[in-house]
Amino acid sequence: MSNKPHVLVIGGGSTGCGIARDLAMRGLEVTLVEKGNLTHGTTGRMHGLLHSGGRYAVSDQASAKECIEENRILREIASHCVEMTGGLFVKRPEDTEEYFQKKVDGCKECDIPVEILSAEEARKVEPYLAKDIDKAIKVPDGAVDPFRLCVANAASAEEHGARIETHAPVVDVLTENGEVVGVEVEHETGPGKRVHRQPGTREKIRADYVVNATGAWAGQIGQMAGLEQDIEVRPGKGVMTIMNTRQVDTVINRCKPKGDADIVVPHETTCILGTTDEEVEDPEDYPEEQWEVDMMIDTLSELVPILKEARTIRSFWGVRPLYEPPGTGTSDSTDITRQYFLLDHEERDNITGMTSIVGGKFTTYRLMAEEISDHVCEKFDIDVECETADVPLPGSEDFSVLDDYMDQYGIRSPIGRRSTQRLGSRTDEVLSIDGPNPTVCECEAVTRAEIRDGIEGSGSDLNAVRIRTRASMGNCQGAFCCHRMAAELYDEYDEPIAYDAWDELYQERWKGERHALWGTQLSQAALKYALHSTTMNRDKDSATTDAVVDFSAFDSGTDASPATGSASTAATDGGRTGGD
Amino acid sequence: MAIREDVIVIGGGLAGSVAAIEAAETGASVRLVTYKKSTLRHASGLIDVLGYTGDDPIADPFAALGELDDEHPYSITGETAIRDGLARFDEITGEHYQGSHTDANALIPTFGGTVKPTARYPSAAAAGIASDSRPMLIVGFAGMTEYNAEMLADHLDSSGVPFDVTGIECTLPGTYKHDSRVTRFAKRLDINEDVEYNGNTMGSREAVVEEVKPHIGEAERVGFPAFLGDDHTAEVRSDLERLLGVDVFEIPMGPPSYPGIRLSDQLKRAVDEAGVRISDGNPVIDFEADGDELQAVIVDSKGRNVPYHADEFILATGGLVGKGIQSAREAGVTEPVFDCHIPHPEDRYDWFDQEAFGDQPFASFGVRIDDAMRPLDADGNAEFANLRAAGAVIGGADTVAEKSQSGVSLATAVVAGEHAGTNAAKQEVPQ
Repeated sequence: MSNKPHVLVIGGGSTGCGIARDLAMRGLEVTLVEKGNLTHGTTGRMHGLLHSGGRYAVSDQASAKECIEENRILREIASHCVEMTGGLFVKRPEDTEEYFQKKVDGCKECDIPVEILSAEEARKVEPYLAKDIDKAIKVPDGAVDPFRLCVANAASAEEHGARIETHAPVVDVLTENGEVVGVEVEHETGPGKRVHRQPGTREKIRADYVVNATGAWAGQIGQMAGLEQDIEVRPGKGVMTIMNTRQVDTVINRCKPKGDADIVVPHETTCILGTTDEEVEDPEDYPEEQWEVDMMIDTLSELVPILKEARTIRSFWGVRPLYEPPGTGTSDSTDITRQYFLLDHEERDNITGMTSIVGGKFTTYRLMAEEISDHVCEKFDIDVECETADVPLPGSEDFSVLDDYMDQYGIRSPIGRRSTQRLGSRTDEVLSIDGPNPTVCECEAVTRAEIRDGIEGSGSDLNAVRIRTRASMGNCQGAFCCHRMAAELYDEYDEPIAYDAWDELYQERWKGERHALWGTQLSQAALKYALHSTTMNRDKDSATTDAVVDFSAFDSGTDASPATGSASTAATDGGRTGGD
Repeated sequence: MAIREDVIVIGGGLAGSVAAIEAAETGASVRLVTYKKSTLRHASGLIDVLGYTGDDPIADPFAALGELDDEHPYSITGETAIRDGLARFDEITGEHYQGSHTDANALIPTFGGTVKPTARYPSAAAAGIASDSRPMLIVGFAGMTEYNAEMLADHLDSSGVPFDVTGIECTLPGTYKHDSRVTRFAKRLDINEDVEYNGNTMGSREAVVEEVKPHIGEAERVGFPAFLGDDHTAEVRSDLERLLGVDVFEIPMGPPSYPGIRLSDQLKRAVDEAGVRISDGNPVIDFEADGDELQAVIVDSKGRNVPYHADEFILATGGLVGKGIQSAREAGVTEPVFDCHIPHPEDRYDWFDQEAFGDQPFASFGVRIDDAMRPLDADGNAEFANLRAAGAVIGGADTVAEKSQSGVSLATAVVAGEHAGTNAAKQEVPQ
């Protein structure tokens, strides 16, 4: 046994992974448990905005200042996850001059660099902006891939000795004499990476300290710990609608106090429209409604008119883990602060050994992790500096993009370029494989090497491979690659596992596609349905359904040996050779 | 010069081609107007008539027709039309297709690892038939991603097929770029291009044989991805069979699909031989009508609107995939050329099922027809007296789940083609 304190982190979102990395880098023993895949909760369901702080520069300046600081840090330590697109706050004629000015002043007060653009200048940056806009404020917003960032934090934590357990929901928080001493988790397919069809097990993990970083689920963990006072997270759902292409290359914000459907974020090959904010009871069970999707398109086309006619490829919903201290009583959830809070349950509930972190937002995940790591270290009188603001994440270490990359890997440049962008400093390590490296996902230009790297990191779970690689996240939504990704599993896993994983990915893709079924995307969905059902017959697959097949009742060919019903009694008098 | 025909067919897929040939057989002058390449080129090349009405595959599709509801295109065309359609298809494709010796469906291995009931199959796929007890080897290639041969073989085995089946992943002889497509491999085999293999230079067919032969074992038939040649597919296959000493078959694949492309080419030749004129590359964008009588369709010919006059018109523009049926968030589901009525739920959230393979309402979107294949308006009357529909533009059935799309295309095409041809003849006025 080491004498290092063992800290158990619950939650594999950006905050939890950030904490695991921070504590592991400071030399603590860390275990992270997550109920689903990494990013399963809110992190995997956000619009991918790297805030400049501009959005909060009027209403919440403390948050705005944190955002711009963290924005600058993430550009350095997570360069392979960040695209500095820049952002615009666009004023339409009906938006007030007064607010525009407040926004400019607020940004300046928070040290957010701004530049005021005329309508013509703004349209020079983004030609598809509406013709009747007044003007815009340019800010350093960016786009960030939350999956890649989260996975990189987890990978870094593992490099520093942490244990990461996904698909391991906490079923109980263990307490002894008013002290939290660990958790019991259910490993859905046993400990380690998720592999379909492996039996589940339970494990009691004892720890010297527990950090509850479960966001919108924090209250549920609090209840398991038997806290007297509920952790009142107020989950607010928001829709995000993904477009088929980048109608804009800059983050476009509406310059008005608050409102639904006021942002467009360019993200990889797509744009993401967001969002709504509606308080919900249960972070896992809430309605996904048509009006929300319609509102994204109708309202945001006031800023970017071509969105009205453009093709959406899917929609998804996320739940914000908003929190406000008891007694604040904000009635409108959009007014709840985006600040984060540390709840030390020793002070709050007289239960030692656990702290919850609630509220906050993705852009400041690292800062939140730093603060709670400081807090934990203090408990154990450990005096080690936080290094997460200075040490780059795996993939963002110093490297220069190889111009002769195409020659080196024999992949034509668009594919090579996309791979390099995703992999950053891991490019060499991942792409150097033996044998052919064909493209598996053509929409997102993902090769076999990247898929296999994803499988290595996530077991047989193709949705986890998807978030690591972006395979199946493009226009065709997996029509042409779900089966190819499954085929890549086969070397390591057997056929039933590969088919389970295929079916699971296919259904997951459908879940979001359903919200985009009109126009070209409905045609695309019909093609996907035809390919997987008509051509592959997977909807009537007699190996995975109860279908009964009497082979002997079917055409046995003009000159082949007819089947007699089952393999065991099959005739063996074939032996025809030559052509037909 | 004014364009005038007895019959104009819009759409050059399976339904449009067969309808045009059928109409031409009546002696009518026929013009086929096509715009983009047919979705047939994405299809497997298998000709399904009716594979399922429930969960179990149907052995005799004709015996199951009674289970279909009244709205089903087959219930409207009747069994004779299906048989006529298949007969026409057999005549067009000749030795390239098999299955006509029996009413029973064949079960053909798919690249998804399943078996699928189908009525006609390319000769190139024939040796793969599942109701045949001969042991099978499935070959895959490491440079291709569509399937893993060993996984495919395992899944076929799990499906209970009555033969031993194994799979082997091989290396494609010759050097290729990492992102080479199946078309590159097919071309190389098609022209039997020389490749380096084990230090020797040899034809690529021979090299593939060298690579595969050590794995044949007990197998009496070997399945390859459907990339065995393009123009010389029979020759490629017979070379492989001769050199391997076993039967060789192709496993139908997704786009780009050689079996689909070959069928498309055969249809085009047959259309040509039937004396049908072809205008390709330009879309039909509008029409002229006199009351309920169509006079002409307007073709956008490089920016110029050209009327194509005829006595009879056949709409064979395809379904949602072929864009013969379109949809929009506000306008709902529409047929873009003649604005024919497409029944559909008003709320677009009623267009789909929550489960990917659930009963998908969108799969049945299309025009409804009378027994002369005329699209019907919302009141059940013919949209036009002289407009008929054929193929996937016709709705009323989920032909994807049923595995019935090709049969529906053939049956509706022969009825529409024959009606159009005969009616056009009636309207001939002596000059």
